[in-house]
Amino acid sequence: MKLSVLLFAAAREIAGCESVELELPAAATVAQLRVALLHTFPTLAARTGILLCAVNNVYASDDRVLQASDVVACFPPVSGG
Amino acid sequence: MIELTQQPIDFSTLTESVRSDQAGAVVLFLGTVREFTGVARTSWLEYEAFPEMATAAMQRLEAEVRQRFNVVEVAISHRYGRLELGDIAVAAAVSSPHRAQAFEAGRWLIDTLKESVPIWKKEHYADGATEWLHPEPVMGSRPEAAIPVASTFMSESSPEIVPEA
Repeated sequence: MKLSVLLFAAAREIAGCESVELELPAAATVAQLRVALLHTFPTLAARTGILLCAVNNVYASDDRVLQASDVVACFPPVSGG
Repeated sequence: MIELTQQPIDFSTLTESVRSDQAGAVVLFLGTVREFTGVARTSWLEYEAFPEMATAAMQRLEAEVRQRFNVVEVAISHRYGRLELGDIAVAAAVSSPHRAQAFEAGRWLIDTLKESVPIWKKEHYADGATEWLHPEPVMGSRPEAAIPVASTFMSESSPEIVPEA
């Protein structure tokens, strides 16, 4: 399945785009999405530290199973306030 | 009241929105843009938000603060975009029957917001350098807040996170 991943802050700047389309196996997990994302943008791993993932506006753990209709976002630890 | 805005925050209106005959105490927290962090001199700050999730996360925070504390009203406003020195980046207000609860709820609210709401700030220093900031460890009234973001907030089953109503 194709999944579009939104990127924010340092992750967006390093990747050079606000979103990226990844090809993933059906019922892929967030962990598999991380691997695909870092394969596409190898420099992301070193420069953003821990990359957080959110699915449908809620933080998601690595074992979360993804669907093609999910809104997925990846970003560095937050620093608002 | 939950707001994510690119306009200056009207903290008088926000504070007024939590006042109530049922409350004997109102606590307002303002986070403002500071010029010096140690020797580093800030010129301005750029705040980036993931607007849909940030709004949803602030709504969940409001629900959770109501569940955890004896509060009457809760209001949060966070600004994003370019902010100058002294500008208000965030305002959080709570009202409750007594002041101890209001201080406690207000402290929890701003600490948890800073850990969980998807907003990032980028420093633009006076010397021209730029830097995305990393989260500050929060020490004090809430020891569990010192746990890194990744382990506290990544799990959907975390008790810290209240499902959307």
